[in-house]
Amino acid sequence: MGSAAPNLHGRGAHVSVSSRTSTTRRDSLAEPASGAGSLPIASVTAASRPGRNWGRHGWLRLISPIVVLALWQILSSTGVISQQKLPSLTTLWSTAVNLITTNSPTYGTLQHAMLISLERVAFGFVIGGGLAVILATVAGLSRFGENAIDPIMQALRTLPLFGLIPVFIVWFGIGESPKITLVALAAAVPLYLNTFAGIRGVDSKFAELGQVLGLKRHEMIRNIILPGALPTILIGLRQSLGTAWLALVVAEQINANAGLGYIINQGEQFLQQNVIFVALIVYLILGLLTDYLVRLIERRALSWRRGILEA
Amino acid sequence: MATRDPGGLATGPGSPGSPGSSGPAGGATQVAARTRGLTRSFGEHVVLDHLDLEIRRGEFVAMIGRSGTGKSTLLRALAGLDRDVSGELTVNAPTAVVFQEPRLLPWKKVWNNVALGLRAADPRTIARTALDEVGLAARADAWPLTLSGGEAQRAALARALVRDPGLLLLDEPFSALDALTRISMHGLVLSLWERHEPAVLLVTHDVDEALALADRVLVLSDGKIDHSASITLDRPRDRDHPDLVALRIRLLTELGVATQDVS
Repeated sequence: MGSAAPNLHGRGAHVSVSSRTSTTRRDSLAEPASGAGSLPIASVTAASRPGRNWGRHGWLRLISPIVVLALWQILSSTGVISQQKLPSLTTLWSTAVNLITTNSPTYGTLQHAMLISLERVAFGFVIGGGLAVILATVAGLSRFGENAIDPIMQALRTLPLFGLIPVFIVWFGIGESPKITLVALAAAVPLYLNTFAGIRGVDSKFAELGQVLGLKRHEMIRNIILPGALPTILIGLRQSLGTAWLALVVAEQINANAGLGYIINQGEQFLQQNVIFVALIVYLILGLLTDYLVRLIERRALSWRRGILEA
Repeated sequence: MATRDPGGLATGPGSPGSPGSSGPAGGATQVAARTRGLTRSFGEHVVLDHLDLEIRRGEFVAMIGRSGTGKSTLLRALAGLDRDVSGELTVNAPTAVVFQEPRLLPWKKVWNNVALGLRAADPRTIARTALDEVGLAARADAWPLTLSGGEAQRAALARALVRDPGLLLLDEPFSALDALTRISMHGLVLSLWERHEPAVLLVTHDVDEALALADRVLVLSDGKIDHSASITLDRPRDRDHPDLVALRIRLLTELGVATQDVS
């Protein structure tokens, strides 16, 4: 259709009026067929563009981290910054290899610590995140649910989470449960807030459409409300994974006898800065990996969206 | 008290506003929708004021009026979207609505939007057939956000069509489209109407659109039907036909538009 209009303006003035009008009219009436023929091509290129953009320009994002790492290596290996404060990357690499290959009584192995930490985050996240989505759905879908649930969640949001640690130790002891509870709480809050906001943000016109189409309540939730809220829910998912890792770091440094936080504690005790750094880097890598995972989900689940950059 | 009775039988005298030309189903007892004394107010403001309306089966009714005269309120009431109306409201046919915006769910492929809520054994085939009918078969697997305005509104028409409506409510469905697209959409709506024979209520503020399409043009003013005109000319209609020219001037006068500017 857009192609018919320029024709009118561009050439109409110089051509005899009758023939020009008849051509245009034919164009406009033939629109469904010609539109059907030409548009899929346009949409294919539009769909493949984001992928290519990433391939072509993705490496640009790597430049600044590489520069930082190079500076780090140079400054600490030349002694500008003492190895005690900032161990060089090569030192950290051999420390990491050591931690992985030897099962020392002080640290255990790095991979074992990593597994323990991953397990805590996974448990805490599944429990907290699952509860958050359920609670937010109930609160989002009914006034009663909102009145019952939202005040409590809003109060939890303002509560300084790490202030709860001593309370949790009294309640749950010093085993796994206080750590997992803390992670669960940390994961639950951002996911709850975003899911609730996402559900409430679904265009009421779509709800009206569902009503006109005679959708049942569960069909409405499945076809309209949850997909409509999904972009916001996924933002919440990323935030909540971030806070879950944060909570884990704090929880693990208190009364833990295994895990990455335990390694950091031990490193502190024995004044081994390089061990602390290795553990921190593992945290960082795990955090990036989980974030990447969510972004993958996002790209698949939200493939219907035409991004601002691609439009 | 408003009642919607999809299974009920409607009897009663024909519409006072002249029965017009050959609707596919003819007889005055064949009523698709009827209101008696339909009233809707928002606070002090009365939008629909004891409105009487009758749409016969297969009849194409266009309703024009200045903005704020209650056109959309009436359509929403007929669609069952407004439960706060009083008076008598009977709809005897399955109803489908096409809104001003296409309202396609962006997270569902086009065919899935068309099939949404369809309770049939093979919704996919039904959806594809309807998309074929509106000339959009090739876009069935596209995401709605990649459609042009005209294509999206075609998909919305297909979504209404698959429900096999006896009453098709069109709420200014072409007002956001460019002039050329609008003309081809008029042709499409007419051919769909002739093939499927639903009763149609088209709400529009475009007098020419009403003249080109409808059996009967109603003018809504202050929540009442102020004026009603039947058009018996064959379609497609020549907009310069003397009857239409005369009717256009009359309708524009009804709407309070100075006609010396027009002719």
